[in-house]
Amino acid sequence: MSTANNPYLQVSNLRVKFETHDGTVKAVDGVTFSVEKGKTLGIVGESGSGKSVTSLAIMGLHNPKSTLLQGEILVDGRNVVGMPDDKLRLLRGRDMAMIFQDPLTALHPFYTIGRQLVEAYRVHHKVTKAVAKKRAIEMLDRVGIPQPQRRFGQYPHEFSGGMRQRAMIAMSLINDPNLLIADEPTTALDVTVQAQILDLLNDLQREFHSAVILITHDLGVVSQVADDVLVMYGGRVAEYGTAQQVMKLPQHPYTWGLLASMPSLRGDPEADLLPIKGNPPSLLNVPPGCVFHPRCRYAMLKGGPCDREVPELLQLRTVDEPGHTVACHLPERQRIETYQEEISSVGVAQ
Amino acid sequence: MFRFLIKRVLLGVSTLFAISVTVFALFFMGPADPAASMCGTKQCTPVQHERITTFLELDRPPHEQYASYMRGIFVGRTIGGDSPDAIECPAPCLGINFRTYEQVSTVIGRTMPITFSIVLGGAVLYVLIGTGLGMLSAIKRGSIFDRIASGTALTFASTQIFFIGSVLLLVFVYQTDLLPLPKYVPFTESPLGWLGGMIVPWIALGLINSAQYARLSRAQMIETLSEDFVRTARAKGLAIAPIYFRHALRAAVTPIVTIAGLDIGGQLGGVAITETTFSLNGMGRTAVRAIDEANLPVVMGIVLFSAMFLVLSTIIVDILYSVIDPRVKLGTSGGH
Ligand SMILES: Nc1ncnc2c1ncn2[C@@H]1O[C@H](COP(=O)(O)OP(=O)(O)OP(=O)(O)O)[C@@H](O)[C@H]1O
Ligand code: SF4
Ligand SMILES: [Mg+2]
Repeated sequence: MSTANNPYLQVSNLRVKFETHDGTVKAVDGVTFSVEKGKTLGIVGESGSGKSVTSLAIMGLHNPKSTLLQGEILVDGRNVVGMPDDKLRLLRGRDMAMIFQDPLTALHPFYTIGRQLVEAYRVHHKVTKAVAKKRAIEMLDRVGIPQPQRRFGQYPHEFSGGMRQRAMIAMSLINDPNLLIADEPTTALDVTVQAQILDLLNDLQREFHSAVILITHDLGVVSQVADDVLVMYGGRVAEYGTAQQVMKLPQHPYTWGLLASMPSLRGDPEADLLPIKGNPPSLLNVPPGCVFHPRCRYAMLKGGPCDREVPELLQLRTVDEPGHTVACHLPERQRIETYQEEISSVGVAQ
Repeated sequence: MFRFLIKRVLLGVSTLFAISVTVFALFFMGPADPAASMCGTKQCTPVQHERITTFLELDRPPHEQYASYMRGIFVGRTIGGDSPDAIECPAPCLGINFRTYEQVSTVIGRTMPITFSIVLGGAVLYVLIGTGLGMLSAIKRGSIFDRIASGTALTFASTQIFFIGSVLLLVFVYQTDLLPLPKYVPFTESPLGWLGGMIVPWIALGLINSAQYARLSRAQMIETLSEDFVRTARAKGLAIAPIYFRHALRAAVTPIVTIAGLDIGGQLGGVAITETTFSLNGMGRTAVRAIDEANLPVVMGIVLFSAMFLVLSTIIVDILYSVIDPRVKLGTSGGH
């Protein structure tokens, strides 16, 4: 949990709404978190929970015409919500950078890798092409691309998936940003290279000492590399705490569902997965009360607050875990008991 | 590259060959009697009819006529056989105009510059203006400019060239004299005269085809602007201009190059309606007339040239495509 006074990134009560033909999409609805330099925040949640929308909001990449942004996003103390694009763009790529899910589509197919890196460097550094080229080759080398001089002149389609993502990482780090957002950086890659890319990101973070946001579906990944974990569902925060807190004593029924559906975290990898029944809600028409209630096994019986009141994100009270917050109407004691009796016994290894 | 060219040229030649057989076959299947149409419908005596038929070798079986046509192309031939008026037609001989006895190669040599002037000048106009407007509409999507441009594009795209052409002629040429009457003056004779004579057809073609290119490029650009690599360009902190020009435009024009190439290639063989609207005797108008007259050699010559331009344009488009898009390798997939 970020305890320092001024974390590099501070997101407060962020709301993102899209105006579409079908109505207003409340993609992110009141999200608060922060990341310090040198720390990694893992954001987890199923598809459609608002992870990418949150990260694009930080980068200021939403179309301002169709998007309504509310709340505050402080990057090194500067609020980027409502910042004019010509100012915001100076932060993009220099103070904060982003790596996308699919490096094949994220890189321009018509330009060489080298040219794209050089361009990224020269946006923010007034240097000659030769100087930028030297820097680009250094970065390609640093991310583990063999023969960087030769690779510099090749096109994205001449790279393998893993090498492409390495090139993308090199490009995002070329200006030494203080904040790096990696949105599912391994989802599009072969299982065998996924771990290598995560290791690389981990190494680089240590070296560059930046604040990192790692977005993933995989709580297993988060438990290995993240310092903090933010569990998102339906555009809201379900649970937030240090990785240790969330893995040791998860408090939200949705987190339990995620844990139970992770093969890597269950004691017996052969055991049946327990996927969460049902689908994430439509954000056009968000269920009243707790967004998770239509799928929650523990939703209180009719008459309870689950389908009427939105649960607040509250600090745990009965155990001393500062910063561990949960948004659930279940009484805390009941949650802890339920977890210990029903969930951890299913075989979630810790 | 070399292998690609060889392959495509061979393919092109066999296409032309197949087309020539088809045109010949269609001609002999129909009820056409060129000799009758040549000697005049009413007062054609059987003797005259007979003479023309022998002179043009129309009494010989179709496959022999075809063989002698092909021989003419490669080694030349004498038309009219032993007749004292026999015409010497050196290779590449495309036969003679049944009506005027003019060699078809001369006909093509005369009509081709007219069609080329109309088509190429018009294409420069409509490709540049249409694509430019479409791209601008896409960037300013939803704005008043976009709505006006898209509405206008839709109107012109659903209009016919003879309508626009007639209106232009009526309003700007006949009634007000603001624009010169369309006519063909060779560029080498008078560049200004050439320009003046072509301006009205170019405007007409420009209005109609810009509309199509505007719609097409607007759609392409909108699609490209939603591509991941454009988002990456923004995430790098690039300014608006390089995002649009270096990243989006380059990808959006690629399909337009293909379409424009094939479009122009197709039109170089003749734009009959445009030529007729403006009374310019290009290849298209000449071909249509020749069909009416059952003037086989003229039809055949123009059809073969049109097909050749189309074949050449597909080869050029494929080469251009591989230059623009580094993922495309010539010859591996025969293009794209
Ligand atoms: N530009 C947009 N306009 C309208 N709706 C959008 C837009 N961008 C995202 N959404 C909607 O917002 C919701 C959250 O999307 P988001 O991409 O943040 O999900 P995610 O958590 O990143 O999921 P995934 O794991 O699939 O990447 C989705 O329902 C999506 O359809
Ligand atoms: S608030 Fe109710 S519905 Fe929501 S997670 Fe808690 S128990 Fe389930
Ligand atoms: Mg996403």
